[in-house]
Amino acid sequence: MSLIGLGVASLLFAAGAYLVLQRMLSRVIIGLGLISHGANLLIVLSPGKAGLPPVLSGGVDPAAVSDPFPQAMVLTAIVITFGVTAFLLALALRSFLLTGSDAVEDDLEDRRIAGETREFDDRAVDDEMHEVTR
Amino acid sequence: MSWLLPSAVAVPLLGAGLTVLVGRRLFAQRLIAAGGVGFVLVAAVVLLFAADTDSPVVAQLGGWGAPAGITLIADRFAAIILTVSSAMLVAVLAYAVAQLGRDALDWWFHTKYLVLTAGVVMSLLTGDLFNLFVGFEVMLIASYVLLTVKTGPGEIRATMSYVVVNLVASAFFLVVIAFTYGATGTMNLAELAVRLQQVDPAVRNGLGLLMLVVFGIKAALFPLFMWLPDSYPTAPTPVTAVFAGLLTKVGVFAIIRTQTLLFPQDGPSSLLLFVAGATMTVGVLGAIAQNHFKRILSFHIVSQVGYMIMGLGFLSVAGLAAAILYMIHHIVVKTGLFLVGGLVSAENGTGALDRGGGLLHRRPIVAALFLPLALSLAGVPPFSGFVAKIALIQEGVALGRGAIVAVSLAVSFLTLFSMTKIWGATFWGEPKESAGRARGGMIAATATVVVLSLAVAVLAEPLTGLSTRAAADLLDTAVYISAVLGEA
Repeated sequence: MSLIGLGVASLLFAAGAYLVLQRMLSRVIIGLGLISHGANLLIVLSPGKAGLPPVLSGGVDPAAVSDPFPQAMVLTAIVITFGVTAFLLALALRSFLLTGSDAVEDDLEDRRIAGETREFDDRAVDDEMHEVTR
Repeated sequence: MSWLLPSAVAVPLLGAGLTVLVGRRLFAQRLIAAGGVGFVLVAAVVLLFAADTDSPVVAQLGGWGAPAGITLIADRFAAIILTVSSAMLVAVLAYAVAQLGRDALDWWFHTKYLVLTAGVVMSLLTGDLFNLFVGFEVMLIASYVLLTVKTGPGEIRATMSYVVVNLVASAFFLVVIAFTYGATGTMNLAELAVRLQQVDPAVRNGLGLLMLVVFGIKAALFPLFMWLPDSYPTAPTPVTAVFAGLLTKVGVFAIIRTQTLLFPQDGPSSLLLFVAGATMTVGVLGAIAQNHFKRILSFHIVSQVGYMIMGLGFLSVAGLAAAILYMIHHIVVKTGLFLVGGLVSAENGTGALDRGGGLLHRRPIVAALFLPLALSLAGVPPFSGFVAKIALIQEGVALGRGAIVAVSLAVSFLTLFSMTKIWGATFWGEPKESAGRARGGMIAATATVVVLSLAVAVLAEPLTGLSTRAAADLLDTAVYISAVLGEA
């Protein structure tokens, strides 16, 4: 694997990890995109040095040709990531329309259990939970 | 025979397409869904019979011989899990037909359910690491959409964390694939098993640990389980039941497959046993703190996965056989418990424990369905959980691993405690006013699952024999390798 490629992949992972840990959904989604790009880049790098186009017409030495297999894999991976990212964006939009904010919400049951230790009135939370889990 | 392997993936996918084509005709959709899932069940039984009496059934897709093409393979282990899983898929579909009624049309439930089925089948049957990734993704994308059939704020929030966690896990999976390909130059599991033995042990261990992390997220192992109890309970009952029974178990399946085939080692693995103990303990403690039927059960999924990993951690024939037996038991019982949870919600209008009560007097049938499943989950004899747990504990004692045996026994007691908590709050006490009635079809489907779980206990002897043969195949990697690559 080329050192530059590895460096770029690790940068993408680092930036993606930072963004995924944010509270804004839009940033989380961009972060996931970066992480997936890093992973896809690693697949492209995995067979080693680049070579000739993998078309075996007359006189081409098979050893000089680059490995086409990871490219087929990475295409599949890109398409899958693309589909899931589109779904996440739709989910984020729905969340924004419902709550009017882009932030990730608290878990109601977590708040209820935290409330039992902190003695706040959790009845309202329970009512919401009751609606949600029907 | 080998044509059954690709068609077990293709038929449900074709069915999913057909359900879209027939549009909003409920009967036609139900017929197609039943046909697709039923076909998988029949194929699974035939494959199990063929794999057990003869040798693993192998199909090389497109006629490209291994390791160039994609291999599908049903050995004993895959066929067992596929058979149990598809039986549950059929039962849950029957339950869903009764519960959802015409809602199923608005949700396109049958389409998503068939895609989910195809993903599960593909993940179980594949003999190719990249194809395993694709199978997982097909399964997960269907599960994302199923989780959001109702798009209230609760569902969106829960699905969001589920999708994000799984997407990160998928990215890790791609990283493992890249590194594995870089180290070995192949994706075929059988050829990987051969070539990884020639790789530097440090690289091999690194790949093994990375795969454990990737599948550990999918299987909800400690400390990677936190997404599960958060996202599962919000979905409608049939969805949660099928997730609980199958999805994490596909993760466990992948862990067992890769750790035994690609990274074989002699003697028990202390790392796996530690993870198993921690998963059990944390899961059951989480369950005790909950107040909601489905959330308690969701934490128990985590706890129960620990037992399967415990069997794997022994890395012996008896240990793996116990793990496979535990998976059979667990897939049935867990699906059944969630279905009962749905019945309780339908009767009480809520799954919150502090709002239910007295269901034993109002609907004794629901209590009668809950009791054998709950006792089985805790491992009380003579139910199926006891059979599986005793096999695990015997092997633990035989190998001198006292600590994990003690932990697993303690966790069983705590499981029983949380089941009695559900029992006391839901079935005993003053009867509350009825919020509705569970439909007959829902009760019938749940009863079928209960009967199946009792059958696992009754058939313990032949099932133990079958699991032992499957476990022996898992540890003797030559069986798998020669089935795929031919006699080398």
